[in-house]
This record gives sequence, C-alpha cells and structure tokens, in this order.
Amino acid sequence: MTSQNAEKTPTPAPAPLDARLDPLQVAERWLQEGRIVALATVIATWGSSPRPVGSRLVIDQDGCFEGSVSGGCIEGAVVAESIETIRDGRPRTLDYGVSNERAWEVGLTCGGRVQIHIERIEG
Amino acid sequence: MKRSCLRELIEARAGRRSLTLITALAGDRQWIEYEEALPGFEPSDPKASTSDLAEDPSDVLGSLSAPMPLRRAAREALLRGKSERFEYEGEAFFLEVMHPPLRLFVIGAVHIAQSLVPMAALLGYEVVLIDPRRAFATAERFSGVDLRIDWPDEALSVAEIDSRSAVITLSHDPKIDDPALRIALASRAFYIGSLGSARTHAKRIERLSAQGFTPDDLARIHAPIGLAIGARGAGEIAAAIVSELVATHRSAKDPISRKHRS
Repeated sequence: MTSQNAEKTPTPAPAPLDARLDPLQVAERWLQEGRIVALATVIATWGSSPRPVGSRLVIDQDGCFEGSVSGGCIEGAVVAESIETIRDGRPRTLDYGVSNERAWEVGLTCGGRVQIHIERIEG
Repeated sequence: MKRSCLRELIEARAGRRSLTLITALAGDRQWIEYEEALPGFEPSDPKASTSDLAEDPSDVLGSLSAPMPLRRAAREALLRGKSERFEYEGEAFFLEVMHPPLRLFVIGAVHIAQSLVPMAALLGYEVVLIDPRRAFATAERFSGVDLRIDWPDEALSVAEIDSRSAVITLSHDPKIDDPALRIALASRAFYIGSLGSARTHAKRIERLSAQGFTPDDLARIHAPIGLAIGARGAGEIAAAIVSELVATHRSAKDPISRKHRS
C-alpha cells in the first residue's frame, strides 16, 4: 500500500493466519491474481520423512512457492518439476529419498522417502 | 485439479466438513466424498448406508461418477482418518482425507491469551476468543481473531464445539469460566483446560459437582493447565498449554519425558 492510499483508507485488518498459511487458499488467491498455479502433495512416505501425507506446496509459473513437502531438502527439485507441469499440464508423480542417485542434491538427508504428486490447477 | 474443485475444498474447510478427495494420479479425474454421506453418519437415517450410495456423488468434473469401489475405499479412509494410495483396475489413486482445522475456544481475553492466541493460530487452530469485558476483549489486543464480546453462555453453543475443538478458560472468574465449562463438558471437545492453581481447581470441582457433573465428567478438565515444563510468565505458560493441546490431540504417551519421536 502506498502512503497516498494509507491516508485515504484505514489499514485493513490482516487476513486471518489460516488464510495466509492454508495452501489451498494461497492457490486460490494466486489464481485470482492471474498467476498459473500447481499443487504438489505428499501422497506417501516411508521411514522418517519430515512432512506427513497431505502436506502441500503451492507453486506458480515463476517458481514462487508457499507451504512445504519436506524439511526444505527437496523443495527446490519439486518446484522445478512443478514448473514443468505448469508448462505442459501433465501431472507428475515423483519419488524422493536417499537412494536417489542425486541424493545430496535432491534427497532427504533424514533417510526417509516421500512420493509427491504434482498437478496444475485448470481454469 | 479443476478450479471448481479447489473452491469446493476451500468451502468445505470453511464449512467444517470432513471429506476424502479422490485423485487419479494419471490425470484429470477427481471426486469429493463427504463425511456426511458416510453410512451411519446421520443417526436419524440408519439406512443411509445403502440408499445414499445410489445418490449422485459430488462429481467435480460434472460428468462421470467415481466408481463404487473407489467411493467405498474413500469412505473407509475417512473412517480410519488416514490418507492412502489405492489401486483400482490397475490404476493408481490417492485418497486424501481432509479435515477442517482444529478449533480453539479461549475464554478470557487476559494477558496469557495474548500469547496463547497467536501460538495456537500458528499451530493451525482457528481461534475464537470470548470475554464479556470490553476493556479486555479489544481488537487492538487481539487482531485477526474471531472475538466475541459476550458471556460464554451467549457466545458459545454445545453444537459448535465438535470433536476437533478445544475449550480453554483463562479468566479466573467463576462467573465467566464456569458457564463455559458447563457448555464444554456437554460437548465433544477433545480437550478442556482451565487456568488456575490446584486450590482454585478444587473449588471449581466443588462448584461443578454441586451442579450435577460426575467425577468422570470433571476428569476431562486439564487442570492445572499445561504440561509441567516449569513455565513462568505468560509466553511460557502459553507454550505449556499449546504443548498439552498437541499431546492430547496426538495421543502422545508420556509427553514430558520423551525426548525423541519414536
């Protein structure tokens, strides 16, 4: 908000925390802003994975993201794959774990495995 | 995911409806199975188990219904409260159980509430704050929260306190706390807690017993409130309280002594 606006209208109450953190509401807000949005969801876990099934990451076409699907270990890779899904519209199901060849690059150092489903939100 | 599906999920959350989202991992088929349609969910209609299966399911794509075995699996996942992958006719589906946020009703817009409310919100709770005293219950002290400036028996109903709700009284004033506890004890709240010393709580038990509550009823009240972490001051007491909330919700065994997640 510019200072000019601030003089005209009182500062609006901040959105409830829930609306700021819930990935689905974040996705809807981004769509309203005209962004193209993908959702990445943890659909299975094995061993000591950091985030439970149902955890979500919201990603836009520029790689901005909100939420989490791990302790931060694989978010970069998931964002990159999500941008592909935003481009081609194809859903993806991906496995991440220490057994991955690129373990230190996009793996989980905790020794767990997660499966992630990525889908684009359509019109 | 269709945008209409996204919106339906957001609406369901706002309307506090539990559901299973069925997603075909290969492509653009998705359906929502609501808890209300579960067999036996509506006690007034015990035959719902067979009849409701014939009804139109909530079909996000507006064309095809989810195959019946998928709907059954979705309902089972919802009953178990566990999301899972599911194979049907050689195809992979994800059955995602989605619940509305946990809710916390705080009675008493006191100093500790100023720490407790934002902490609970950060944990994902929807917080409702109730206090009839205008001097305490100000939007300035509590921004972005559902603030109800009224007596608990006006501001709170048994019906809205569901099994994903917690009730905490902080006011120390029996005129404010006791009516809230009476409502909470009649509800399905998973957690009820009351601030006050052991002595204060003993008097509270006396009063509520005289009003007909049984020892079993009163054992639901966590008091003195919070895990015994040696908390001092409003912030630490709030931390002890939210820790107890989490431990209760997750059915943690011996939460104080356990140092590692097993």
